[in-house]
Amino acid sequence: MSELHLFPNLVPVLPEIILAVVAIILLIAGAFTDEEAVPTLNLLAIFAMIGAIVAVCTLSGGSSTFDGAFQFDNFARYLKVLVLIGGAVSIMMSMSYARFQSFSRFEYPVLILLSTVGMMLMISASDMIAVYLGLELQSLAIYIVVSINRDSVRSTEAGLKYFVLGALSSGMLLYGISLIYGFTGGTNFYSIAETISVDGAGLGVIFGLVFILAGVAFKISAVPFHMWTPDVYEGAPSPVTAFLAAAPKVAAMALLVRVVMEAFQPALIEWQQIIIFLSVMSMILGAFAAIGQSNIKRLMAYSSIGHIGYALIGLAAGTEQGVIGVVIYMTVYLVTTLGVFACIIAMRRTDEGMVEDIADLAGLAKTNPWMAAAFTALLFSLAGIPPLVGFFGKFYVFLAAVEADLIPLAIIGVLSSAVGCFYYLRIIKVMVFDEPKDRLEPMAGELRLVLAVSGGFSVLFFLVWTPILSAATAAAQSLF
Amino acid sequence: MTLVALFFYLFAAIMVASALMVISSRNPVHSVLFLILAFLNGAGLFMLAGAEFLALILVVVYVGAVLVLFLFVVMMLDVDFVAMRQGVMQYLPVGAAIGLVLLVELILVLGAYTLSPEIASQGVLPIPDPAAVTNTEALGNVLYTKYAFYFQICGLILLVAMIGAIVLTLRHTTRAKRQDVGAQVRRRPEDAVEVREVASGRGLQL
Repeated sequence: MSELHLFPNLVPVLPEIILAVVAIILLIAGAFTDEEAVPTLNLLAIFAMIGAIVAVCTLSGGSSTFDGAFQFDNFARYLKVLVLIGGAVSIMMSMSYARFQSFSRFEYPVLILLSTVGMMLMISASDMIAVYLGLELQSLAIYIVVSINRDSVRSTEAGLKYFVLGALSSGMLLYGISLIYGFTGGTNFYSIAETISVDGAGLGVIFGLVFILAGVAFKISAVPFHMWTPDVYEGAPSPVTAFLAAAPKVAAMALLVRVVMEAFQPALIEWQQIIIFLSVMSMILGAFAAIGQSNIKRLMAYSSIGHIGYALIGLAAGTEQGVIGVVIYMTVYLVTTLGVFACIIAMRRTDEGMVEDIADLAGLAKTNPWMAAAFTALLFSLAGIPPLVGFFGKFYVFLAAVEADLIPLAIIGVLSSAVGCFYYLRIIKVMVFDEPKDRLEPMAGELRLVLAVSGGFSVLFFLVWTPILSAATAAAQSLF
Repeated sequence: MTLVALFFYLFAAIMVASALMVISSRNPVHSVLFLILAFLNGAGLFMLAGAEFLALILVVVYVGAVLVLFLFVVMMLDVDFVAMRQGVMQYLPVGAAIGLVLLVELILVLGAYTLSPEIASQGVLPIPDPAAVTNTEALGNVLYTKYAFYFQICGLILLVAMIGAIVLTLRHTTRAKRQDVGAQVRRRPEDAVEVREVASGRGLQL
């Protein structure tokens, strides 16, 4: 073997390399400049993300490198674009937040960039070691940004809570990986799948599978591993919560899809029942626990738990149709969540500062009709009311479940989404029919842009639906 | 062979005993010292398994650096370990029950464990012959070539950890006295030294 042959092909990793290099440059630049340079650094980070999106879109798919540890296919391409959009938008929203709150830390864009690198590695991972390292890079950066507002007790408490539970979930994941390695003799997804299809899924493999699924379920906050979500969402600064609710969920879901579809494809019967359990519990808890919430960030936490449950329906089907459903659901979830958080970050009064209660939105339809209209569209979309995009997200996963003969699962999904409508409609009722409170401050330009794009997508999605659907189909096909 | 088995049981027994002492000794400094003993015995076990590189790394990194740091933290921070330990008896039954369940589950899993012939042949292949290369060489051969990807991600993870430690703890206080090289160089003798005439028997009023 010649030395030249040993050198790995770095082209598929180009987007990650761009982000990592820019992150290191920004880190050095941030250390030598003062606080006034922070908006510039934020802009540079956003440009780096856009550059990475261009690189992801132009790279040719279907290549794998580093001895099969890193895979770049259509699935990775689609989800990486989603994650990069999530990262760039949350940096953008933090810029308007930083103008009014003490948040100007140059480390924030650096950590978001590095976390995004971790997420992209998770999406492309096709080896258990790469899975763990990507997950750890992503989570470690997020633990820090959650508690970046270190003088606030709530922020540091949220960070500590997330860190301890995240460390526990990493431990479970590692334990599962070591069991799988012990029982199948490999860490690469294809060698695991090969061994399982030859030897069958023994007790040891199932044991390892359960631990791996538990570890990943923590990251997507599926019930019963969701306990951290409301506290962390509430405690973290709002732009961080927006980031936390959008991109990492998409990346962890992509990781879960790849692990069960590629490594554990022959053990479908075993993981299917676990996924169904997670899905049903998440949908039910998401629908019922959100009803009593008065803080809008806590409400969004329970809402995200419920949405993960719906996305898992598609995965439980275990078919190509199901994966298309998951991919589309996560797209819709990401775009709508970012829009909702643009509204939440805009909830600010001159005298009180940031407000987070649902009651603070009272009469928004009179005081700020455009924001209220877009917010209403997004909430209807999250609830899954037909003409809006959220309905089609749910439609694809339910369709996949029905086609895979999981009709009870689909019925539970429909029923719990009907329950879920209640708390979304309650926010709309508060905005439209309640007596107006003091005006909210006018929205910042970046937030308006995010809200307009997101609200526009939820209404006018049919204009871009064909390319999204074909990209999602191509993404799902690359796994089969 | 019997000598190896004898040493294995010796190291293993001391390791388990000192691990128990880590969580049961009253004095936190003793706990850390017992942890060092446990790691040293772990290093002995690695040595018996022929992994001399791992054994020495364990001693150098864990005992030499991490635990000494621990010792400093335990001695310098005023943590009330007695209060932290309260309630152990209260939680002991639950913890013991969970431990028992896990033990039974592990026994059930390992009871069903059989090595399939294909795995045995697969497992032999990637490991270099210990007689041909040393541990260090074998690790070095793959760490920067086959596992360069993982190595680089580990580097990024450590960078994030470092950024995190600085972000969360570094405070620029106004009280801190910092070195200003420019000011030091700019300083002239006439700024700092003053020649005064001292009258005899009167002393000097500063």
